[in-house]
Amino acid sequence: MSTSSRCAACRHLRRRCPSDCIFAPYFPANDPHRFACVHKIYGSSKVGNMLQDLPVELRAEAADAICIEAECRVQDPVYGCVRMISLLQQQIHNAESQLVKARAEIAVLGSHAQELRHHGQDI
Amino acid sequence: MKKWMCYKAMRGHEPRSSSSCAACKLLKRKCIPTCIFAPYFRSDEPKKFAKVHKVFGASNVSKILTEVPEEQREDTVNSLAYEAEARLRDPVYGCIGAIALLQRKMIELQQDLAVARARLARYTTPAASSCAVLNDLCVGGSPAFSDLAACGDFFDSFSQNSLELNRVGDMYDFSQVPYM
Repeated sequence: MSTSSRCAACRHLRRRCPSDCIFAPYFPANDPHRFACVHKIYGSSKVGNMLQDLPVELRAEAADAICIEAECRVQDPVYGCVRMISLLQQQIHNAESQLVKARAEIAVLGSHAQELRHHGQDI
Repeated sequence: MKKWMCYKAMRGHEPRSSSSCAACKLLKRKCIPTCIFAPYFRSDEPKKFAKVHKVFGASNVSKILTEVPEEQREDTVNSLAYEAEARLRDPVYGCIGAIALLQRKMIELQQDLAVARARLARYTTPAASSCAVLNDLCVGGSPAFSDLAACGDFFDSFSQNSLELNRVGDMYDFSQVPYM
């Protein structure tokens, strides 16, 4: 196989890219950064095994997810994508508190409005 | 045999099995005093290192730990453990499944808040309390969302697949997210 048709993984690993390369469908040659991140965090054999253990139809999604996680970890070596989870949880907690507050306010205002209506009818 | 054991005792060697951290036990090697894993992978928590090793590999974990300041290594280990756990539970989406789930929940909450805001607006009076609540309801854009902008297509397609989200929804223990 000519060097120009190697996938990004095999280029990075400086090896021949076989026709049944596990990485080739998910790490195209035009995006070397994608595999570089994955290789840095997981290593090629771990990623290869992860993909190998999955049904073919799920490998593309898995490769994308692994790439996102690796990219997050490269940018933030301490928390990786877990930072996102923590941030979202905090925001959800805040939003839920606000929603409870708003619904309580609606209930109070609603009952005031109802009282006013009844008072108006009595008159 | 006894002479050899005395010799080892004189040299300051402790019995290997009682002083090895979980990492060195799994890797079947001597746990040296400067072992990078020992402070974070205690011998009474063997599963923690086993999961991290399975997903990331010992040498990659060692490299990551070496690259972060010592005071941040515990948080690093805990976040790696969380990611590893998520990846083992969901080999396809890992932590990304959890993020997509939380994103969808956040969107639903924002919709509920918008509805609540509209209802409160019907009662809008010059009263400070209503205005204060309305101001509080102005939930700004999520920095978490903007950080994922580059991965927008992936998250959009994942979030829209409600069947998939329902599948992964039960997998994640968000109470175990490392505190930041």
